[in-house]
Amino acid sequence: MLTVENLTVRFPTRFGDTTAIENININVQAGEIHGLVGESGAGKSTVGAAVIGLLQTPGYIAEGSIMLGDTDLRALGVNQAHALRGKRISMIFQDPQTSLNPLMTVEDQLVETILAHEKMSADEARTRAIDLLEEIGIKNAAERIKSWPHQFSGGMRQRVVIALALCTNPELIIADEPTTALDVAVQSQVLDLIRSLADKRKIGFILITHDIGVIAQIADRVTVMRNGHVVESGETAQVLGRPKHAYTRALMSAVPPMDHKIDRFSVPTTEGIEGTSVSTGDLAEQWLLEEKGLSEGEQKELSIGLSIEALDVRFSGTRKSLWRKPEDFIALDKISFNVKPGSIMGLVGESGSGKSTVAKTITGLITPNSGTMMLGNEVLPAGKSRSRKHPSRRIIQMVFQDPYSSLNSRHKIGSILTEPLWFYGLEKDPAKRQELAASMLALVGMAPDAIDKYPHQFSGGQRQRIAVARALLARPRFLICDEPTSALDVSIQAEILNLLKDLQSKFGLTILFISHNLSVVRQMADDMVVLRNGVIEEAGKTEDLFERPQAEYTKKLLSLTPVMPKDWA
Amino acid sequence: MFYFIYKRLIQSVFVMLAVAFLAFSLFRFVGDPITQMTGVETSVVDQERLREELGLNDPFISQFGRFTVDMLQGDFGYSFRTRQPVAEMIASRIPATLELGVVALLISLVVGIPAGVYTALRPRGVITQTILITTLIGISIPTFVIGIMLIFLFGVQLGWLPTFGRGETVNIGFWESSFFSIDGWRALILPAVTLGVYQLTLTMRLVRAQMMDVMRSDYIRFATARGVPMRQLYFRHALANTMVPVITIIGLQFGGVIAFSIVTESVFQWPGMGLLFLESIRFVDIPVMGVYLVVIAFFFVVVNLLVDLLYVAIDPRLRV
Repeated sequence: MLTVENLTVRFPTRFGDTTAIENININVQAGEIHGLVGESGAGKSTVGAAVIGLLQTPGYIAEGSIMLGDTDLRALGVNQAHALRGKRISMIFQDPQTSLNPLMTVEDQLVETILAHEKMSADEARTRAIDLLEEIGIKNAAERIKSWPHQFSGGMRQRVVIALALCTNPELIIADEPTTALDVAVQSQVLDLIRSLADKRKIGFILITHDIGVIAQIADRVTVMRNGHVVESGETAQVLGRPKHAYTRALMSAVPPMDHKIDRFSVPTTEGIEGTSVSTGDLAEQWLLEEKGLSEGEQKELSIGLSIEALDVRFSGTRKSLWRKPEDFIALDKISFNVKPGSIMGLVGESGSGKSTVAKTITGLITPNSGTMMLGNEVLPAGKSRSRKHPSRRIIQMVFQDPYSSLNSRHKIGSILTEPLWFYGLEKDPAKRQELAASMLALVGMAPDAIDKYPHQFSGGQRQRIAVARALLARPRFLICDEPTSALDVSIQAEILNLLKDLQSKFGLTILFISHNLSVVRQMADDMVVLRNGVIEEAGKTEDLFERPQAEYTKKLLSLTPVMPKDWA
Repeated sequence: MFYFIYKRLIQSVFVMLAVAFLAFSLFRFVGDPITQMTGVETSVVDQERLREELGLNDPFISQFGRFTVDMLQGDFGYSFRTRQPVAEMIASRIPATLELGVVALLISLVVGIPAGVYTALRPRGVITQTILITTLIGISIPTFVIGIMLIFLFGVQLGWLPTFGRGETVNIGFWESSFFSIDGWRALILPAVTLGVYQLTLTMRLVRAQMMDVMRSDYIRFATARGVPMRQLYFRHALANTMVPVITIIGLQFGGVIAFSIVTESVFQWPGMGLLFLESIRFVDIPVMGVYLVVIAFFFVVVNLLVDLLYVAIDPRLRV
């Protein structure tokens, strides 16, 4: 049905054209889900944009043909192309929070789209819209259709988005990371929906994703892309089960498995991310160990644990009436857990479960309503009562999710890294500080010349390394990692996780590892806590939880996470 | 939602109290009211008697209390200059200023919003560049220069339009309006354009910036991918989203237009509040100045309240 041949897209720049994708060949049949997988920068989204004719300006198609049935998409005029969008090709975007117009009701958006392509009355269009919403799994559609987008939850919104893409019965839908922004439970529902639409309505899908698990679960055929080229293409079972190309194999082995624990993640070696001559981080290593002049083994004795007792956090809700007090939103409902010294504790839950609230409360950014926190043998003052100079502010450090926004873009790496050194009074001599920062960079696997650069000169993975280095330069004993890898590609995720593991075992760090990704937690954590709506559903040893989950919720989470069949990995 | 309005109302009360306090301090402490009121030949004893009678020896708080209560009852005191009640003087000037302000605002919206949309959708066109450069010149010339240039061109050289005053007005109750006669409209054009030009430029640039931002958003890309007709895409999807922040600025600006029409009113000898304010400054007519301050603050507060309500009307997310 869709035939893409030798597609090449170029972006003109001041220094001549850069090629975004080159010689791409893709075939999609009716009712087929064609997965397009690759890491960021591979050109997956560019393929989708070229097919639907919405390339970001000034990008242009330099070569190749795109045929939809008998229609040559490249030969269409501007108006014809626009009339074809929605009618024959449609698209689903990544984030349902932003892809609906917030100022129009769902009904208005659906009816408008249908009327744009079909000759029918507004009433007929409304009937069709309601039927469609019912079909897609929105209950009580006749009522719900009058709602505004913000009145739907994330998963429901993505259903509305799918309904919008479907409402004109297109032959082909391009789904660009349709489940990346969703929780596992919602993700699996949306994927099921896409599969059933492909089967029942014979719609062809191009499913763009970086998640091989998703591809393994629902795609019929898969194309692996890298740096704008097709690496490998074919039946999903064949490509993922018996990958011919080294990159496909590397990509697959970088995905953390969920069904067993491995010691280290294998990193795609073809990725030349690390500097060629990485100098040793001996100085930084020595410095981290030399506190009180202890050897590596003794250092571990210093590890510090954290215990949390009946921690309760409430936020005041929105006021609905003049006379009644608003009801509190309970973010954390009297939760208690214990992080053993020198261990990694995994904290798992869907969005809104209160994971990040835990982190913010421990670091003192949120004042809890009640409950105690003990760091080692000392009580950790809560929230605002914790003084600026309190030692725990140095001992507890945090690595944030998004390395793009957690580093100050106007500071050089050098000044970002040396800040904790002078701020906590750890090193008086400026020259020493620089030396130490450079050595720490080496320790986290970066070339020391990075010190004179700015954050934007680095990739996401490199930035996350810098963020780890910064946290370490405060000589922490307790590290909180809040989704440290969820913004990163699998290969880079593998590197960062290896790095964290190494550092933890070498320096006896205690880590609270927050993630929604179960397979990552299985690989990283010794113990884990499953959080849901501010309540602990289950807690225990990681291996036990994965092998013999007790709570229904944990079982559900485990069963819904897309995994590759065992014999493929 | 009701709570939201209620909160805003409470805030407004505090704003008004603060401004009343300022106005009162002006009245009470800038110069001695007694020497302003009496002549040179009044004896010191008489002055003291007057001071006692007027309650100027009372504690500060009770004086301020009396001032506020009088204000609430519509008693704004008497002008030093004309010996008329200030309330009457201001009331007779309000229609002129409001009509001028409203027309100026309409001009800036009717021209500014479409121009902003156009320049956002065709960012590289020749017309866009021309508009942007012209308005940049417009915004960098002071208002009074524009007014004088307009007078020179249309009033003196071409002789098409009157150069001062309100022209023929029609009284509807207490409201003296120039909307109901051709002569009135002719007199309104030049000052309204002068006053609106700055606003127009600002509105246009703001709409342009917001619109360009909105056009890059996901929901516009998604609507494009669904083949929603371009006209609806621009004017239904994009423009509504553009207007949310734009309305705040327009609201603030309208308050500003009313407050700062002083320059325009003086250039065109427009008999509005601004002109009255200027005259009052010249004669150190402190009661009028004080009340002017309070009235302008009241305009600001009301306009901002309206803006908040408009927000709720436009954006469903604010309706709880």
